[in-house]
Amino acid sequence: MNNERQNLNRQLAQMLKGGVIMDVTTPEQARIAEEAGACAVMALERIPADIRAAGGVSRMSDPKMIRGIQEAVSIPVMAKCRIGHIAEAQILQAIEIDYIDESEVLSPADNIYHIDKTKFDVPFVCGAKNLGEALRRIAEGATMIRTKGEPGTGDVVQAVSHMRLMQSEIRRLVSMSEDELFEAAKQLQAPYELVRFVHENGKLPVVNFAAGGVATPADAALMMQLGAEGVFVGSGIFKSGNPRKRAAAIVQAVTNYQDAKLLAALSEDLGEAMVGINEQEIELLMAERGK
Amino acid sequence: MKIAVLALQGAFIEHEQRLQQLGADTFEVRQLSDWQQPKDGLILPGGESTVQMRLLRGLGLYEPIREAILQGLPVFGTCAGMILLSDGYLGTMHIRVRRNAYGRQLGSFHTEGAVTGIGDRLPMTFIRAPYIDEILSSDCRALAEVDGHIVAAQQGNQLATAFHPELDPDLRLHQHFLQLIAEARS
Repeated sequence: MNNERQNLNRQLAQMLKGGVIMDVTTPEQARIAEEAGACAVMALERIPADIRAAGGVSRMSDPKMIRGIQEAVSIPVMAKCRIGHIAEAQILQAIEIDYIDESEVLSPADNIYHIDKTKFDVPFVCGAKNLGEALRRIAEGATMIRTKGEPGTGDVVQAVSHMRLMQSEIRRLVSMSEDELFEAAKQLQAPYELVRFVHENGKLPVVNFAAGGVATPADAALMMQLGAEGVFVGSGIFKSGNPRKRAAAIVQAVTNYQDAKLLAALSEDLGEAMVGINEQEIELLMAERGK
Repeated sequence: MKIAVLALQGAFIEHEQRLQQLGADTFEVRQLSDWQQPKDGLILPGGESTVQMRLLRGLGLYEPIREAILQGLPVFGTCAGMILLSDGYLGTMHIRVRRNAYGRQLGSFHTEGAVTGIGDRLPMTFIRAPYIDEILSSDCRALAEVDGHIVAAQQGNQLATAFHPELDPDLRLHQHFLQLIAEARS
């Protein structure tokens, strides 16, 4: 991937800012998401909550199913490949996916190496729990970052921890003197040039979204207030009582995340939220995959 | 000079930065109460037009914004913003636009080109971009073409580009917009 392609891919992520990216499993769900105001959809066979319930190995979705969703909507379509699974990523590029999520939600294909994303023309988004992970993924060619959170739980606590940690590590880098940055790069296990960029600009060189456990308009507003530039909602919408209404409410909550009165109105009568499980009740911590 | 920037979704901060570099004041419009502040111009930024359109209607901004543009408020729409101005959306600009005209993200590209009345070799970044299929009235004129397709147009105080001047350091298009506002005020 040349520099120009990398810029274009970072710039597509810029266009998604202030928006909500929704997990969908069928063309019908994709249309509901688009009508509700999703800025992109993530096409996958099973949402994280069901992946969690089913257990076993979870893989890239059937390309035919993804194409069905590409045909159903006009907004960007993303899809997930397993961490380190170069061939799955090549297949997704071949069907002209708009963004690949190299995702810890699926079973990792490689316990050590992530995909060398600089070898691809399509853009990649990757999850991160902290600044070091984020910068390593960017060095590998990711053009968008999201928090890992703990997918499929409906529990926002991990996304909050990851976003808070990342923001505080960024503030720490900003406050350092220039000669301290070399040691900081060593500690973060990240390239010096990227550490320097964060020091000078006070932000990542790519867009940073929240993901993992967002289930309500209030969750989305919380993540925006903590510095997210947009929100992924996975299981939270189509595992809830009234997906159409909840989806539209979350979209509005992201735009007006500081207006508590409006958030109160948006939070009314949404039907049941996904039941959710908390971190202590689950055996599999997806966020620990791929560091 | 105070410029409203529609901040419902998309790359609105980039526009604010460009305008501030040129010495203009900006404020974000996220709901009706924001819109009611005095303003000299309006930016409709890039992003997803389906999202922005839905939010415009849901927040009760569609009619007041359309009305203000029809009454002459200078407006600059880029990419999704151009779509909002076009026939079938706000419909204040007499252009018919083709969405995702270059296909999916693999079709996104960067080039340079001339824009009539502004200059040569302007950087043009197209991200899942539209182009103008047809200009529907004689008071609207094409300002730029890439590969035979119209990618910029002006109709009175309304300026639209299919590409994203807010993503490149070249300030000439934003400068042109500020001149348009200055002329509208005098």
